[in-house]
Amino acid sequence: MPSTDALLAEIPRLRRYARALTGDATRADDLVQDTLERALNKWRLWRPGNLRNWLLTTMHHVFINQLAAENRLQYRDAAELPETPVAPAQSDGLELRDLGRALQALPADQREILLLVGLEDLSYEETARIVGIPPGTVMSRLSRARGRLRGLLAEGETLPAHLKIVK
Amino acid sequence: MKPAPISEDDLHAWADGRLEAARRAEVEAWLAEHPQEAAALAAWRQQNARLHAAFDPVLAEAVPARLRAAATPGRWRPLRAAAALGWLALGAVLGATWNAPGWNAPGGARHADSHAQPADALIELPRRAAVAHAVYTPEQRHPVEVGADNEQHLVAWLSKRLGTPLRVPDLGPLGYHLMGGRLLAAEAGPGAQFMYDNATGQRLTLYVSAAGSGNGAAASFRFAEEEGISVFYWAENGFAYALSARQPRAALLPVADAVYRQLAP
Repeated sequence: MPSTDALLAEIPRLRRYARALTGDATRADDLVQDTLERALNKWRLWRPGNLRNWLLTTMHHVFINQLAAENRLQYRDAAELPETPVAPAQSDGLELRDLGRALQALPADQREILLLVGLEDLSYEETARIVGIPPGTVMSRLSRARGRLRGLLAEGETLPAHLKIVK
Repeated sequence: MKPAPISEDDLHAWADGRLEAARRAEVEAWLAEHPQEAAALAAWRQQNARLHAAFDPVLAEAVPARLRAAATPGRWRPLRAAAALGWLALGAVLGATWNAPGWNAPGGARHADSHAQPADALIELPRRAAVAHAVYTPEQRHPVEVGADNEQHLVAWLSKRLGTPLRVPDLGPLGYHLMGGRLLAAEAGPGAQFMYDNATGQRLTLYVSAAGSGNGAAASFRFAEEEGISVFYWAENGFAYALSARQPRAALLPVADAVYRQLAP
């Protein structure tokens, strides 16, 4: 069983990832809490090793279960998921709002990959294990996510006048 | 030697800083001749930088207490199990105990016994307090209805509902701090539950309800234990009090003693 201190030490990282993933501080902490509780329930499945990646794997399961439960977004391995924009993240500053909104406009499966690689700085192999997909799928999702995010962020800069964000 | 063709995977690995030096040089030489791809890669790198700039401040935030509690094992799992079974299971177990011959008419329903002994309210008390403890203490998000940050309102509200000025014991010297309280349905009307926790997340509850008639005289401390929940209970001035915790009797006794002394008129 992982020690409580080791678990506590992982919470800031889990919160950062969850904040970016959900776009909402309260939902993010709910996700972290559910992850910790599930992890402690399932600690017998834990093999001494990389605690952080094990927690991220657990969070992935909790996250997709929540998505399914909320019926907000079907989590499938499909490139052609309809875009489901959600309310923009509440946050300080235009930069985060901009980026947060663009992230939430990404399909959840692409957002996860983009954040595990780009924010959590995990290797492609680690990312593949956490999400439970082949490395090749990681690369194709990453590619789609980056392309789409680039388009969304560029779009934000050429919004119609009444929506334009003044820098 | 001609370098291997540059793949898209190489480009991502370049953007993520995951290429070895030799391959990196080859990719960079290729990029010099492919400005469109180079622009895309610059954008990808910038995405990573913006993600860190936007979300790294979360790392410096104080961790909320509810998440610290969720990372502390051994406390909530057994309690959650009890709460999941809730009134039904625990009630059945305790009910069986209290329905045993000698406590109530054998085989008779609890409420069929209209000639209840004067001490009936106190017989019910530890069972009710233990069940309320098992039901509410595992709650992570809604353990109390009104939090300790609204203590004045909490005390005024519950005092009004119970029809007596309530006092909330200060257990700070024993390491326990008030989390808040809630209104409960007690044996014959409203009851109140105050919840405390300590630094290690251990929770205890103080249950207060009208003791019913015939209990005006102060009753001495009694102790009951069911399903691992220790309950100290007593009656005073027409009110019944029960202090419950998932702790051994000896550990709870000094707390119960402090509560009793503080609540004594």
